[in-house]
Amino acid sequence: MSTGQSRKYKVIGTRPVRHDGVDKVTGRAKYGADVRLTGMLYAAMLRSPHAHARIKRIDTSKAAAVPGVRAVVTSADLPEQGDRIVELGEGAANMPHLSSNILARDKVLYRGHAVAAVAADNIHIAEEAVKLIQVEYEILPPEMDVVKAMRSGASILHDDLRTEFASPSSGDSGPTNVAKQYLFEKGDVAAGFSRSEVVVEREFDTATVHQGYIEPHNATALWNPDGKITVWMSTQGAFSARQQTAEVLRVPVSSVKVVPMEIGGGFGGKIPIYLPPVAAVLSRKSGRPVKLVMQRADVFEATGPTPGSHIRLKMGVSKDGKIQAAEAWMAFEAGAYPGSPVGMACMCVFACYDIPNGRIEGYDVCVNRPRTFAYRAPGSTHVAFAIESVIDEICQKIGIDPAEFRLKNGAREGTRRVDGPTFPRVGMVETVEAIKNSAHYRTPLTGKNRGRGIASGFWFNVGLKSSVTATVNNDGTVSLVEGSTDIGGTRTSIAMQLAETLGIAAEDVNPTVADTDSVGYTDITGGSRVTFATGIAAVEAAKEIQRQLVERAALLWDCDPKAACYVDGGVQGPDGKRIGFKELAEKLHLTGGAVIGNGTSSAAQQGGAFGTHCVDLEVDPDTGKVQILRYTIAQDAGTAIHPSYVEGQMQGGVVQGIGWALNEEYFYDEQGSMRNATFLDYRMPTTYDVPMIDTIIVEVPDPAHPYGVRGVGEVPICPPPAAIANAIRAAVGVRMRELPMSPPRLLAEILKAQTK
Amino acid sequence: MHAFDYQAPTTLREALELLSKPQQSARPLAGGTDLIDQMRVGRLTPEVVIDIKKIAELNALRVDSGGLHLGAAVPCYRICSERAIIDDYSALVDSCRIIGGVQIQSRASLGGNLCNSGPAGDSIPSLIALQATCLIAGPQGTREVPVESFCTGPGKNVLRTGELLIELRMPRRAPHSGSHYRRMIPRNEMDIAVVGVGASVQLDATGKTIVAARLALGAVAPTPLYAESASQLLAGQPVSDALIAKAAQAAREIVKPISDMRGTAEYRVHVTGVLVQRALQAAIVRARGEACDYRPGH
Ligand SMILES: Cc1cc2nc3c(=O)[nH]c(=O)nc-3n(C[C@H](O)[C@H](O)[C@H](O)COP(=O)(O)OP(=O)(O)OC[C@H]3O[C@@H](n4cnc5c(N)ncnc54)[C@H](O)[C@@H]3O)c2cc1C
Repeated sequence: MSTGQSRKYKVIGTRPVRHDGVDKVTGRAKYGADVRLTGMLYAAMLRSPHAHARIKRIDTSKAAAVPGVRAVVTSADLPEQGDRIVELGEGAANMPHLSSNILARDKVLYRGHAVAAVAADNIHIAEEAVKLIQVEYEILPPEMDVVKAMRSGASILHDDLRTEFASPSSGDSGPTNVAKQYLFEKGDVAAGFSRSEVVVEREFDTATVHQGYIEPHNATALWNPDGKITVWMSTQGAFSARQQTAEVLRVPVSSVKVVPMEIGGGFGGKIPIYLPPVAAVLSRKSGRPVKLVMQRADVFEATGPTPGSHIRLKMGVSKDGKIQAAEAWMAFEAGAYPGSPVGMACMCVFACYDIPNGRIEGYDVCVNRPRTFAYRAPGSTHVAFAIESVIDEICQKIGIDPAEFRLKNGAREGTRRVDGPTFPRVGMVETVEAIKNSAHYRTPLTGKNRGRGIASGFWFNVGLKSSVTATVNNDGTVSLVEGSTDIGGTRTSIAMQLAETLGIAAEDVNPTVADTDSVGYTDITGGSRVTFATGIAAVEAAKEIQRQLVERAALLWDCDPKAACYVDGGVQGPDGKRIGFKELAEKLHLTGGAVIGNGTSSAAQQGGAFGTHCVDLEVDPDTGKVQILRYTIAQDAGTAIHPSYVEGQMQGGVVQGIGWALNEEYFYDEQGSMRNATFLDYRMPTTYDVPMIDTIIVEVPDPAHPYGVRGVGEVPICPPPAAIANAIRAAVGVRMRELPMSPPRLLAEILKAQTK
Repeated sequence: MHAFDYQAPTTLREALELLSKPQQSARPLAGGTDLIDQMRVGRLTPEVVIDIKKIAELNALRVDSGGLHLGAAVPCYRICSERAIIDDYSALVDSCRIIGGVQIQSRASLGGNLCNSGPAGDSIPSLIALQATCLIAGPQGTREVPVESFCTGPGKNVLRTGELLIELRMPRRAPHSGSHYRRMIPRNEMDIAVVGVGASVQLDATGKTIVAARLALGAVAPTPLYAESASQLLAGQPVSDALIAKAAQAAREIVKPISDMRGTAEYRVHVTGVLVQRALQAAIVRARGEACDYRPGH
């Protein structure tokens, strides 16, 4: 369902069949695991059985001697990195950290940390040979908990790590696991709290959770004797993967070509690289192409999940329900190397509201878990759980409807965030209104042990850089070459913007995702940016085509191009002359050959995305099990290019949020071994666990995009844990402040409340 | 995966000979839904895998005056589609319907579920509740073992080298009997039981008094348990909520669960009682010939 503006577009807002649909449903689409090259070898990895240990010695001789083994590598085969920091488009990478995450150098920092790899004639030989590699470890105590890892006396992961304080005058931290402090302040917090009639302060914990993409990481590499390296892989960003691979191997970026295969999910987790440099060095040593595919346990144990966190949040509200002050303190697990999304969490925590006085403090803390990486709106779900729970409690205390409270305090155009920026036109309150007016919210919930909760969420969305090339074919179609990996249907959403601008049908555009040698530089598919930024590039390319077609028509009509213009899928000239796109395309050979439009986008910034969710659920008070009964999400999509894919993103985000809320967690034993590194025991929701997710697309166009697009991929994951916690409170009277709200945890709280 | 040999004997004698060949580790393969995965991850490394699906005795499925004869390799889907089992041995069908999905049920056998001897195997509490006996053949001939004595620890059982489980036998059901199996899982599918309870009751002709009952518990001890005292306190008693609560309490007293990624020990103890009540209530409803509204997973 859409609250839609009146339809002013021909293509935008329609639901054409996706261009890659047939390949996907017939199983013909080629994924990384489908790559097969002549003479290709198969590789297996040796991974650390310990969460924290010093590597004293590695002996690979027995493995190398196995018949059929062609190459063995350890970190000694990767170049030294020194102290280099490299800019990667979506952020900077610390090269020694990136390299030693790919193959451990002097220490292993988490169970599953890659130590060595073997390439052999088949995978069975490689797997058996890997077991013969002998590693001597000096086992160190693991530091698994974010708060404990901050204490003095904690086991130190990196001897040379010092805290980067928000204020340079804070001095030297000495050896520590705390990599960075963030601090944001606005107004007078103490005065704000003293003006508040109701003040609530609570602490929250969230568990480490994984993106859970179905397709494991993979890479096949060929290092040719001429020094050229080709990598076929599953990635969210071919250019980022190219640069990371080149930097780790210390070769020029132009020596590496990345061929992005179809991708079976990423959600942020396929931005970092793990395998390409290993496969490349194995290829250099063996002279053959080498394929490396992770197992599911490797994916869980050794690829970046999103961190667990500890959050303390305090909010003060006056009797009339206006927020007077708010304060947050949070520590996020970075995993083995610095770089959690705590900085973004700090910027998101209060973003949905107008907070006159605020203070936010955050810490990035290393622990012996895999290095965390992005997962849909990184950091925002954690803090939404905290603030939206506290707001619910405040609403209960002062007796105000939670939707009303959000309308009263919601961020609007001109609201300044505690961390500084002022919002342009955004749709926060419109999403609250959409929920408030929804059939769901207006239908009273009845029944025992049932409850309803609502919550809102925010995500920035980014712009970054994109390129496309569009070529007009003489049958009136357009071939569109783009550098954005298609994860959520973006071939179609970009093609539709090109089609709209040219006034042709979406089906007349043939989109292709190209390798890094075949299209201009394009940043990752992430930050909800592709339909926005690559869309802008496509609109630019279409305008360039318009310009050239006008010249061609002028040539045919023998008139001044200035006397002609492009309207409604064709060129209009003097004296009522008109030639349609198709007709003109047929005449390209007569008028000067190919028409090619290039488009880039680099400067545009998105205004931000908001969503508000409403959930009904039922708790089994004897087992603590939660059943989601009904779920409605309202989200500002700016302009929904392809409403089905917008709805798909909204529903997918909600389902992942439900998993995060109810069951997903990294479960570690005392030694720091993950005990649930399977889809059996790492419990993502199945189709039996979620109802149909009802969607309300709100459209408050983003002025930064020619058609008003806002990214939609990330913000839908932010509100679910909070909305569900609020609904559980309404159902059975207990307030859950720790994720996941799994049956054992919820039952324990219910029983505690009964004995009180 | 390591290299191994594959054999598919068509007679029991052949299978037993292959199984007891010295100097080579052998493993029977029924549906393979446990075995293949355990070999894939390197937990089991048999030198020879012996497919037992082609042996007639292990595919027998019949209900006669002696009761139910269930060949050890009969896949779940056959059990679920047998009218006499649906009517009289309902707990078995409850179990078979939740072991994996359609693909798994098309292969997975109860012999495999029992011989895998997982504490949470979903058919084992049902087999115990229905008083099943294992018929085992080996180099020294055949022997019979009650299911509640079959498992000896997680992944361990009484089978000696060279022995094969042939058949599971369950006695004829008395009139006014009903049975049920249910489990607690955090999701509604794709999970291993955090607690599983099998219950069988026989009522008198009025449907108001319990003549005999058998309760069995899964995932709450190193092996599935027959809850003997909880079962016995029900016998001869009129059905009441208080009686059912008493049985639940007695069941809680014998469990020795662990805390792991699937649940804490305290949680399992509590839920044992909850599920005993629910399983008993459903078995009683069925014994009265009424329909019980049970949706797996809920
Ligand atoms: C996706 C999936 C979902 C699953 N869900 C469930 C579930 O919900 N509940 C559950 O309980 N289980 C579940 N399982 C586990 C498994 O399917 C069951 O345990 C099944 O009943 C095993 O039967 P099988 O015939 O496949 O056994 P196999 O794998 O063939 O054998 C299991 C073990 O028993 C031995 N064995 C088999 N037959 C004999 C015999 N006649 N004599 C001696 N030894 C023998 C084998 O050597 C092996 O060690 C699931 C498995 C998968 C893959």
